[in-house]
Amino acid sequence: MPIAPSEVKWIDERTLSPWDWLYLPALWEGLSTTVRHMFSKKVTIEFPEQRPSVPPHYKGVHRLNRDEQGRVRCVACYLCATACPAHCIDIVAAPSPWPDREKYPELFVIDELRCIYCGMCEEACPVDAIELTTLYDLTGFSREEMLFDKEKLLAVYDYTVNKGTDAIRTLRGTLGPASEILEQQSAPLPNT
Amino acid sequence: MATIFPPEEEQIIELDVRTDEMLVSMGPQHPSTHGVLRLVLRTDGEVVSEVTPHLGYLHRCAEKIGENVTPIQFIPYTDRMDYLSGMNMNLGYSLAVEKLCGLTDKIPEKAQVIRVIVCELNRIASHLVGIGAYGLDLGTFSPFLYAFREREMILDLFEEVCGARLTYSYVTIGGVHDDLPEGWLERCSKFLDWFEPRLEEYHTLLTRNSIFIKRTAGIGVLPRDMAVAYGCTGPMLRGSLNREKGDPPWDLRKIEPYCGYEQYDFEIPIPPFREAPVEAVIGDAWHRFYVRMKEMEQSARIVRQALRKYETARGAHRIEPPRHLPPGEAYVETECPRGQMGFYVVGRPTKESVPLRVRARSSSFCNLSVTHEICRGCLIADVPAIVGSIDIVMGEVDR
Ligand code: SF4
Ligand code: SF4
Repeated sequence: MPIAPSEVKWIDERTLSPWDWLYLPALWEGLSTTVRHMFSKKVTIEFPEQRPSVPPHYKGVHRLNRDEQGRVRCVACYLCATACPAHCIDIVAAPSPWPDREKYPELFVIDELRCIYCGMCEEACPVDAIELTTLYDLTGFSREEMLFDKEKLLAVYDYTVNKGTDAIRTLRGTLGPASEILEQQSAPLPNT
Repeated sequence: MATIFPPEEEQIIELDVRTDEMLVSMGPQHPSTHGVLRLVLRTDGEVVSEVTPHLGYLHRCAEKIGENVTPIQFIPYTDRMDYLSGMNMNLGYSLAVEKLCGLTDKIPEKAQVIRVIVCELNRIASHLVGIGAYGLDLGTFSPFLYAFREREMILDLFEEVCGARLTYSYVTIGGVHDDLPEGWLERCSKFLDWFEPRLEEYHTLLTRNSIFIKRTAGIGVLPRDMAVAYGCTGPMLRGSLNREKGDPPWDLRKIEPYCGYEQYDFEIPIPPFREAPVEAVIGDAWHRFYVRMKEMEQSARIVRQALRKYETARGAHRIEPPRHLPPGEAYVETECPRGQMGFYVVGRPTKESVPLRVRARSSSFCNLSVTHEICRGCLIADVPAIVGSIDIVMGEVDR
């Protein structure tokens, strides 16, 4: 049904004075703002070459921390898997080969595609074994590649610690410089 | 009034050239529908005779998920409702759960102050996107880039606080996740010093720009009674109020203060504005836009006061949340950048950690519901101008 003429909304347009009609003042006002910006300091960075600096507690890719002897710190208590709102942590616990704890994770898989990087696993962990690092550009070619298992998560730890980007946070809330641990780990890391 | 009728002969020329009716699908991939909104326009020549919004492209069952996870686990999901103002969404749900658990009065002062700081900063960030993207809809690109520059600074501040740039999950049940880092207060006030003069730039590029005024003034007039009848809230409603006719400045921060908003000194901007161009009518797209601009000023003012308050605020940033939800129900509405966002939580009769029902009342949804009324009879080119002025976030509409 065609619209009734009374329903059409007519707008009363202001008639411009000849001076306004030239749009010169308006043009000048707008252009002076944009031109001023052309000569101000650039706020963009050229991403792959230049990298933004992110704060130490940035919520990026996970890592599994090693303890002083280079073993995985996790005690397979499942607290992180329970806290995770996206249910993306899978843990298979096994009796620990080491005397100082009962269990250790035989398998520890985080689906990084499902993860929403909320940091609740980090918060839940009683022994600070799982942490989110400052790595933010995570990419992969396949879904399988994005399932991070224990070895890969430990490798993330080695990578970030070696690079010095992520300090080891042994106690919640305090930051320790990553270099401290590197000195202690002069011996090659044993396989977990 | 801008809606006057031109002389009879002109109307006849305009409307006598009969064209076929056509159904035009605008969206869901249209750049000016702000996400995945599909508008089916029934057009008669250039005139739109009917608009039907189609929703649901972004429906993620957030409410159902809320019934299966603990309240703390649901916080990240609320981030994803209105993803431009995650802090405000977090706060809404946290307040609802706190009310259910009877924690409302136990939240320490420091936590309250941090909440106010981050929520008001987030309001600024959200309005910046709102006005920037609105300029983009109307064909001006620069304000959008400048708005994003400012917003980026706020996001940097948020990143320092909580480690995320968009989905913060920072405000949680019982307070906020972390205390503010060292030196953050200075950086925040430095940002405000930088930001407040910048508002003048937007006034130059948008508010006073004659093209912008032509595209917005008198367009999409939403009468006050219709706004109330459809449950519009936020800048959408406030753009239609008239202080001179005795309308109250309807803002929950003033009317039902939460988080200690009553201790701050700020104003709720409602029309009429002195700066309004002559052709603008109360309730049109220009006024909605201008309310947002004014609100940013006020938010900056609140943040400044809160920063001062933080230094003397007592208590911790967080208290231990309860493990189980008591039976009962709680409904809390908060003033989000886009309007009143309400969260309704029902605890299970047997004490459990998972709620029985979670419901989110979304402001964008109600604001969007008037589109068919205010778009009827306008030109096709005005539809983006109207939809843009509603400033919807589809994540919140569909939940
Ligand atoms: S960051 Fe959040 S979603 Fe990701 S694994 Fe940890 S708890 Fe799960
Ligand atoms: S990472 Fe931490 S929380 Fe998760 S199972 Fe291991 S010890 Fe428990």
